Amino acid sequence: MMATPADTAIRVQGLSKSFGSVRAVASISFDVVRGEIFGLVGPDGAGKTTTMRMLAAVLQSDEGEIIIDGVNVAAEPERVKRRLSYMPQRFGLYDDLTVSENIFFYAELFGVSRTERTTRSETLLNAAGLLSFRRRLAGQLSGGMKQKLGLVCALIHTPKVLLLDEPTTGVDPVSRRDFWAILYDLRESGVTIVLSTAYMDEAERCSRLALLHAGSIRYCDTPARLKEAMPGALLSVSAADPRGVREALAGKPGVLGTLLMGDRVHVRVDDAGNRIPELQALFEQRGIATAPIERAEPGIEDVFVALVGGGSRS
Amino acid sequence: MSASGGPAVLAEALTKKFGDFTAVDHLDLRIERGQVIGFLGPNGAGKSTTIRMLCGLLLPTSGRASVAGFDVGREPEAVREHIGYMSQKFSLYGDLTVRENLRFFGGIYRVRREDFAERMRFAISMAGLEGRQNALVHTLAGGWKQRLALGCAILHRPPVLFLDEPTSGVEPEARRQFWDLIHDLAAEHVTILVSTHYMDEAEYCNQVALIDRGTLIAMGTPSELRGHRLSGQLYELRCSPLGGALKALRGVTGVVEAAIFGDRLHVVLAENAPAGADIRRLLSEHGIQADLPRRIMPSLEDVFVQLVSRGAEHRVTA
Amino acid sequence: MNLRRLLAMALKEALQIWRDPRSLAVALLMPLMQMAILGYGVSLDIKHVPLCVYDQENSQTSRAVVDRFISSGWFSVSHVITRYSGIRRAMDRGACIATIVIPVNFSRTLSATGSAPIQAIFDATDVNTTNIALGYAQGVVAQANADIVAQWDAAHGVQSSADSGVQLDPTVWFNETLDSRYFIIPGVVAVILALVGAQLTSLTISREWERGTMEQLISTPISALEVMLGKLIPYFLIGLVDATFCLSVAIFWFDVPFRGEIATLFVTTALFNLVVLGIGYLISVRIRSQLGASQIALLVTMLPTTLLSGYTFPIDQMPAPIRALTYIVYPRYYVTILRGIFLKGSGLSDLWGPMIGLSLYAAGIIWLAARAFQKRL
Repeated sequence: MMATPADTAIRVQGLSKSFGSVRAVASISFDVVRGEIFGLVGPDGAGKTTTMRMLAAVLQSDEGEIIIDGVNVAAEPERVKRRLSYMPQRFGLYDDLTVSENIFFYAELFGVSRTERTTRSETLLNAAGLLSFRRRLAGQLSGGMKQKLGLVCALIHTPKVLLLDEPTTGVDPVSRRDFWAILYDLRESGVTIVLSTAYMDEAERCSRLALLHAGSIRYCDTPARLKEAMPGALLSVSAADPRGVREALAGKPGVLGTLLMGDRVHVRVDDAGNRIPELQALFEQRGIATAPIERAEPGIEDVFVALVGGGSRS
Repeated sequence: MSASGGPAVLAEALTKKFGDFTAVDHLDLRIERGQVIGFLGPNGAGKSTTIRMLCGLLLPTSGRASVAGFDVGREPEAVREHIGYMSQKFSLYGDLTVRENLRFFGGIYRVRREDFAERMRFAISMAGLEGRQNALVHTLAGGWKQRLALGCAILHRPPVLFLDEPTSGVEPEARRQFWDLIHDLAAEHVTILVSTHYMDEAEYCNQVALIDRGTLIAMGTPSELRGHRLSGQLYELRCSPLGGALKALRGVTGVVEAAIFGDRLHVVLAENAPAGADIRRLLSEHGIQADLPRRIMPSLEDVFVQLVSRGAEHRVTA
Repeated sequence: MNLRRLLAMALKEALQIWRDPRSLAVALLMPLMQMAILGYGVSLDIKHVPLCVYDQENSQTSRAVVDRFISSGWFSVSHVITRYSGIRRAMDRGACIATIVIPVNFSRTLSATGSAPIQAIFDATDVNTTNIALGYAQGVVAQANADIVAQWDAAHGVQSSADSGVQLDPTVWFNETLDSRYFIIPGVVAVILALVGAQLTSLTISREWERGTMEQLISTPISALEVMLGKLIPYFLIGLVDATFCLSVAIFWFDVPFRGEIATLFVTTALFNLVVLGIGYLISVRIRSQLGASQIALLVTMLPTTLLSGYTFPIDQMPAPIRALTYIVYPRYYVTILRGIFLKGSGLSDLWGPMIGLSLYAAGIIWLAARAFQKRL
C-alpha cells in the first residue's frame, strides 16, 4: 500500500482467474493513473468481464493483487466498494422502479445526503438528457437511456473510481456520444475510469488501452502510440471494383495484408513511400481504375490484428 | 428466385403505424442485387420495423415493398422462403453438433434431400469446420460459431440475406474473415442487408442507408457520406487541458462543434473559421498548450451523429 | 448494520412487490383462494355415507334409531336387509360402507336395563372414510342417547348410570358437532402461510440474479445482513396481513370456535412467519433461477405441512419413525399451537413445548439465512 504512488489510482499485479480448466485471466498487470480513461479492449471471451468483476471486488481472484485508491481489494473488499462504482454489463437497474426510485435506492445504499442527492441527480440527469423522464419506469426506457441512467446511478455517490463493463453495447451512436461526454466531464473532475469494450473504434476514445487477448494483455499504451507501434503503413485504395484490387495485390512484395471494405481496400505495406508508386503502377498495368492511393490512419482494429493477430483460425 | 431481374429490395412509400405512432413514414428504398448495404439509425428510428416488414413478419400499413421479387404484403410466405436471417445472437443450438444444427436448419428451410449433402459440405468448408462436424456447437470459439450461423442462414441459397449486428464482439481477425465471406456471397449476386449500430461494420458495406424518424435521410457509399455530408471541416487538435480548451473554443465564431475525443479534441470549423494558427494562439491566451490543428477525415459516426441531430433538434453534447 | 440501507432495501422491495401484479396476487389473493378450496373442498366431511340397515326387531324404538341416522344427513340408507348374509353381499359390492344391526330384543333390553347394544359394521377398505363414518355413527348414537336416557329416567323415576343408552360409546372431545373442519382449518392456515411466505421470498434473491441486478448490488457497500432483513421486512408484513386474513376467515366464515388469546396467536404466527420466510430466503440464495427456487419452495413447504404437521393425518396414528420425523418438521409446532389456541383456549403456559420448538427453529433458520448470502459472484 505504501508503495502506491499518489497518482496511481489502480494497480493490478499478476492477476489470474480460472474457471475449471479455462484460464479466463492469465497473470495480467497494469497501472491506471488518476484521472485516466483506461480501456480494456478485446473480443468476447478475452477476459474483460472477469477482470472487471475482480476489480469491482465481486469476484475473488485466484492469484495476484489489486490495489484501488490505496486499498487492497482482496483484503478489504467492502472498504473498496465505498470508493468505486461498478456498472456491470447487464446494468443493475430495477426495471419496475422509476428513474427517480432507482437513483434514490443507490443513493441510500451509499449514504448520500438528501441535499447532495437532489443536486447531483439534477445535474447528472440533465447531462444524460433524462430530466423529463424521472417518473418513467426504467424498463420503459430505450437501451441508450437505460445505459445513461445506469451511469447516473453509479455516479450518485461521487466515486473515485468508475468501472464500466461494456457500457455501450447496443447503444446507438447519438446516445453513445452523450455517454462519452459525461465520461469526459468526469475525467476532468478527477474520476478514474476503467471501461471494457469489444468495439475497437470506441477504444480510440480512451486515454490508454490494454489490448486483451485470451486472458492476457498483449499491448498497453495510448491509442496514438499503439498506432505508431503498428509495423508498416496503411494505405487506402478506393475503386469501383475493390475485389479486383485485392486480387491484383495478392502475393505482391511489401504487401502485409489487405482488407476489403465496402468501397475500397485497405492495404498494409511495409513502407508507404516506396510502395505507393509501385502499387499505382501495378493497377495501371492491370487496367484497374482506382482513385489516387492515400495513406489511411489505422484504426485500433488494424493495430489489434497487426500486433495481436487472430486466434480463431489458429 | 423470381424470374424478374429487378432490384433485390424495392420499397415505395412504405409506411407502418402503431396506433398514433408512425414508425416508418413513406420510406423509399431501392437496392440492387449483389449489394452489401448497411442500415444505420438510432434506437427507435424505425430501422427494425422496416427490416421486419421486409422479412414479411409485419404487414405494412400502407405503401408497398418487394423482396427478391415478391410482395411483402401479399406473399409473405414466399418472401420468407427467399431470405436468410442471422442475428448477433447466433441462433444455433449449443447442445447440438455442427452437423445436427445444419440438418435442423436444412429441414426448416426445406432444402431438397438431393441438394442437402452438397450444401452442408459447402457450409462446413465456409465455416472452416472440416473435421469438426461432430463437435458440439457450444465448444466452438466465437468466430467459428458466427460463420456456422451464416452457413445455416444460407443453406437454402436465399437471394437476400439479413444480418443483425453480425460481428459484434467477434475477434478482429475472425471478423475480417467473416466480411470476406459476405463479399464473396455478394459477388455471387446475393444481396445483403446489415443492420448495425457500429460504424466499423458499416464501413464494410458498399452502400449505407441512414434511417431516422421513419424516413431515409441519407444513402451512399461510406466515402460519399464521409466526404460530403459534414457542414464544415473536421480538425483534430492535441492540447492540454482538454476541458479548458473545450470551453475556450465553444462560442467562437466559425467553430461549429467541439468535442473531446480520447486525448484530443475534434473540432468542426466552418468556412469563415479562424485559421489553425489563430486557434492555437486563442488557446494559448487561455493558458492552453496546443499543437496545430490537423485536418482529418470525418468518421461515419461523425456524419451519422450530425445528420441525426440536425434533423431531430436532439441536443448532442459531442 | 446501517438503518438507511436497510430501509432503502425494504422500500425498494415493497415497491417492486406493489408493481408486480403476479406477486401481489400470490401475496393477497392466493391465501383467500386456498382458504376457500382447502376449507370447503378438502374438508374431510362426507355426506350420505351409504348405510345398510338390518333391523331384526323392527319396533317403533328401533325405527326411531334408524331415522336418527337418516335425518343426521350423514347417512343414507342404501339397503334394508333381513338376513346376515345380506351384509356381506352389500359390502362386497361396495353398495354400503356401514351397516347397523339392531338386535331382536333391542327395545325390551333398553326399557328394562336402560342400555342396549347395537352392532355397527364398517367397510374398512378406506380407513379414512371409515374413521369418519364411525365418528358420525358415534355422534348420531350420542344424540339419540340423550333423548333415550331422558325418557328412561322419566319413566323409571331414577337417575340412570353413565353407560346407559345405546352402546356405541360416543367419546368426542373438543369437537362436539363432529365437524372435521374445526380440526382441519387451523392446519389450513399453517399450510397457506407456509406456502405463500416461502413462495414469495424464494424469488427475491433469484430474481435479482436473473435480472442481472445482483452484480451491481453486491458491488455496493450494502451488507449481507442488510440485504436479508431489508428484503424480508415487506414479506413479513405481508405474512401478518395474510395470517389476519386467514384467521378471520376461519373464525368468522367457517365459525371455528376461538377460545384462546389474540396476543398468543399473534406471537406464534410471527414466529412461524420468520421460519417460513427464512426458508424461502435460504432457497433463494442457493438457487439462482426463479423457476427452480419456486419449485423447491413448493416442495419443502407443501410436503411437510400437508403430510407431517398433523394437519390431516393425526400424528399419534403415525408409525414411530415418522412420528419422530414430525419433530424436525416446523409446521408441526405451529399446527399444534394453533389447535391449542383455537379449540382448547391454551395459553403460553400450556404451549411452552411447541413454542420452544418453533423459536429454536426460527432462530436456526434466520442464522443460516444470514450466513448463506455471500457478496460474491
